[in-house]
Amino acid sequence: MKVRAQFAFVFNLDKCIGCHTCSVTCKNVWTNRKGVEYAWFNNVESKPGVGYPKQWENQEVWKGGWELKNGKLELKSGSRTSKLLNIFANPDMPEIDDYYEPFTYNYAHLQNAPLSEATPTARPISQITGESMEKIKWGPNWEDDLAGEFHKRSKDKNLDNIQKEMYGQFENTFHMYLPRICNHCLNASCVAACPSGSIYKREEDGIVLVDQDKCRGWRMCVSSCPYKKVFYNWESGKAEKCVGCYPRVESGMPTVCSESCVGRIRYNGIMLYDADRIEELASMEDEQDLYEAQCKIFLDPNDPEVIAAARKEGINEDWLEAARKSPIWKMAMDWKIAFPMHPEFRTLPMVWYVPPLSPVQSQIDQGNLPVGPDGAIPVAGTMRLPVQYLANLLTAGKTDPIESALNRLIAMRSYQRSVHVEGQADTRALEAAGITEDQAKEMYRYLAIANYEDRFVIPTGHTEETLDDAFGFQGQNGFTFGNDSSHGVSKVTLFPRRRKDTAEPKEQAPLSSDNQGNAS
Amino acid sequence: MSLHNFLYGIYPYIALTVFLLGSWLRFDREQYTWKSDSSQLLSKANMRLGSNLFHVGIIAIFFGHAVGLLTPHSVFKVLGVSDMAHQMIAIWAGSIFGGMCLIGGAILWLRRMFNSRVSVASRGSDKFILTWLLITLLIGLSTIPVSIGHASHENPGVMIALAEWVQSIIYLHPDPSLLNGVDTIFKVHLFFGMTVFLVFPFTRMVHVWSAPFGYIGRPYQIVRSKRFR
Repeated sequence: MKVRAQFAFVFNLDKCIGCHTCSVTCKNVWTNRKGVEYAWFNNVESKPGVGYPKQWENQEVWKGGWELKNGKLELKSGSRTSKLLNIFANPDMPEIDDYYEPFTYNYAHLQNAPLSEATPTARPISQITGESMEKIKWGPNWEDDLAGEFHKRSKDKNLDNIQKEMYGQFENTFHMYLPRICNHCLNASCVAACPSGSIYKREEDGIVLVDQDKCRGWRMCVSSCPYKKVFYNWESGKAEKCVGCYPRVESGMPTVCSESCVGRIRYNGIMLYDADRIEELASMEDEQDLYEAQCKIFLDPNDPEVIAAARKEGINEDWLEAARKSPIWKMAMDWKIAFPMHPEFRTLPMVWYVPPLSPVQSQIDQGNLPVGPDGAIPVAGTMRLPVQYLANLLTAGKTDPIESALNRLIAMRSYQRSVHVEGQADTRALEAAGITEDQAKEMYRYLAIANYEDRFVIPTGHTEETLDDAFGFQGQNGFTFGNDSSHGVSKVTLFPRRRKDTAEPKEQAPLSSDNQGNAS
Repeated sequence: MSLHNFLYGIYPYIALTVFLLGSWLRFDREQYTWKSDSSQLLSKANMRLGSNLFHVGIIAIFFGHAVGLLTPHSVFKVLGVSDMAHQMIAIWAGSIFGGMCLIGGAILWLRRMFNSRVSVASRGSDKFILTWLLITLLIGLSTIPVSIGHASHENPGVMIALAEWVQSIIYLHPDPSLLNGVDTIFKVHLFFGMTVFLVFPFTRMVHVWSAPFGYIGRPYQIVRSKRFR
């Protein structure tokens, strides 16, 4: 047993309102730079839909993640040798249009346009070429709230073994939001695919980072990540990805997407796992066993044997304490209501999701839905969202665990309803779903109330133990690239330097004073 | 000193010194700028064809030059490779791989110059080095008819003179006079080729140093620790 700690996430999809606050805060902090205008380390998709980039879940197209070849784990994109043979042109590389061509608008024209009959408009401008774009055809969230035709959205891989035609009808349509970040996988395929060895997992917290100095831009990580969460910065020529907000996490703060989440759906915490079992558990024959297999890799933080082994690995006491109080452990292991996204990619992802219930109150009120014993809350199989769809997304198609989780979420609501509305605790639904009254109370606290201190249990990174001179480090350069902090006064350099500005309108709109001059 | 003596007696050392020292300095000081600088994300069209042809061609040409010019004459004799056989191999390999490189290079050049996304994202040095490599290649290819002419007269003298000159540079006994009897087109090709080494550290060419062969023997997962060990 080799105990390692992982900084992990749970997103409670039941409460995601699709407001994109997470995406915007993340964008403002990490990717508002030239070359990554198109990159969203955090994005929120409307499902069903093909997503961002298009069809990212379809590994027949992108060849991301792992597969079993003769019972052995191998990158779906091919062996090390085939990577080197394809290094001059990666056959599985997405193009910028698979994400979208980043754009801004010629806002200055609104202020400076000469007097005219028609209202001036701000034309879109490509942030790559700086030239005017005829028409914006795709964007980072083009399918927002089920926008667009059903037959296009229904290319969603999760609808594969579902009779999908009926969901194109308005009466049967269903919808959910799917916020996505890097999964900081235990068996990361981007790490494995990097020819230069520049991507690595941090031993202390499991955050996956790209060494910007060591990256040579071979782009194998971009195609090999099945979640398409490694991006190629076309300006710097380096791979960039979600950094798990490590400068914040190291000082005990949640990631900026989690902190800013309006619906309080995001949970950050520590999970202990057995690093010796990664390969074994990612190699399950049947991909529907992968969810349970990943549960087996986690180590019980209350088990004295685990604690002793963790201490031997040098894991700090406050990390062990955080693992015991981990909201991730409670949801994934104790209540079994959270699931990894697409375990069939075999990367052992560490962002887990609580499936959404999506009840239809008006249908219940009209008595159109079969309800549980309390006569108020519908039974799981009758929800608007097909359970098979959620299962395709979260358990490689296995419906039992999803149904059980939905039943538990419903039972918790039913129980709370009985307490608050009827004034008398009714535990029948709880018993049927296999949870205790105490668990239901705690679930209510974590899911409905979602206090800050329950959502975020993050021990600090103990920089004092890794730095020779922590005081000397104070006030030094922060997060930057290359030699940015040591640029002298010389404007001349032999080696190429980053061009900092993103594209702006090439032809500046005339100033208003010029217009008056022309008009008179 | 004549221009000839400067170009073929001193310039090679300037180019090699800048090549080695410049690469080392850039690697040491500016590793963030050390990259292949791929533009495949911006435009994928014809990249499979163009980039593979270009790279396979240019790598074969590089090693062809290295083996053909740096191997001492006596070694060829021991191996039983006659001068005429050597010359014919050079002509054939040069034509095939040079042709591949030219087709691939032309595809890449057109895309770099005229694909608006790739062109805008390119630095001046990207356009310069690709153009320079293609000119060098074109001059190199146009030496082939001259070589065929020599070969048809059973005369490997020019080839041997070129190899001896390269070896005189490597052994630090530069002898520009070895090139006296060599056709001008070869000398122009030499100048263009040496200049590639001169500008190498200041362009994207540096990614050549980083060919990731280490990947073959590496375990898939990489874990780094911040702790002292």
